[in-house]
Amino acid sequence: MAFDSFSAFLAMEGHGPYVWACYGAFVLLMATLMVWSLRRRKAAFDACRRGFEETRNTGRTAASGAQATFARVNVSQD
Amino acid sequence: MWQWFHKLGSPKWFFGIANRLMPWLLAGGLIILAVGVVWGLAFAPKDYLQGNSYRIIFIHVPTAFLAQSVYIMMAVAAVVTLVWRMKLADVFVKAVAPVGLVLTFLALFTGAVWGKPTWGTWWIWDARLTSMLILLFLYGGVIALDRAINDEKSAARAVAVLVLVGVVNIPIIKYSVEWWNTLHQPATLKLTEKPSMSSEMLIPLLLSILGLYLLFGWLACIRMQTEILVREQRTKWVREMVMAGRN
Repeated sequence: MAFDSFSAFLAMEGHGPYVWACYGAFVLLMATLMVWSLRRRKAAFDACRRGFEETRNTGRTAASGAQATFARVNVSQD
Repeated sequence: MWQWFHKLGSPKWFFGIANRLMPWLLAGGLIILAVGVVWGLAFAPKDYLQGNSYRIIFIHVPTAFLAQSVYIMMAVAAVVTLVWRMKLADVFVKAVAPVGLVLTFLALFTGAVWGKPTWGTWWIWDARLTSMLILLFLYGGVIALDRAINDEKSAARAVAVLVLVGVVNIPIIKYSVEWWNTLHQPATLKLTEKPSMSSEMLIPLLLSILGLYLLFGWLACIRMQTEILVREQRTKWVREMVMAGRN
């Protein structure tokens, strides 16, 4: 341990505010990014599910194949 | 070899691999990063010159390192997009650009806060700082350009070209501390030389970098999966996976 007490650890000999501001910003932004990414993935999943259930209920031929997706590549790579 | 290459480009195959990797990347990343950061904050000795403010290094260097590293990965993916038209490469560029933006911002922010007690100023138009600011704008530009173009194919090509043009900034960032001898201190870690840091500081720094790399891997996986779900929502394999309730 590089510090004698917990209060010394927090104070960092006067550099505490700088050090903790950096670590605070890091934790806050990284956590936000992670939670946001998780939520977006869940939302995409739910949107897919809703879409499939709708097409099934209306009796249309659901998910009628790859020609309906983005024509990014011509050959299906699946 | 070509079969493997094609498999790598398959969104379905990637989705499965990512699902298996993600728990390890998340757990490993969080644990290793926590060990590195706690070690650096509480146990590493204080710097004889800068005192305790140097402890910012344990997140400043990892974020700055990753910010550049992510851009290089994006550039490789951009080449793959332009040459082989591989779906996943473009998915990667779009998925990680916001992560790169956040990492670059954090590198600049922690640098500014470190600069105040060390140099006496938050900001100066030093070459290293300016070139990192340009990197932030490049990430912002990539995101904005992608949103501005509606057609997926044109967006992919335009974004790839922008990413490749921006690569020129990476060596400028790297060598800026050697070409222009201004305020920013020289590189802490060099591959070709023995580290100038004591191992009590070096090991936690390396752990933080590794931990952040793993966390980036997790973020890349989850964001790529999201992008794939959006793009492939009408395909049979997505339908089967979603309806089976697996995720």
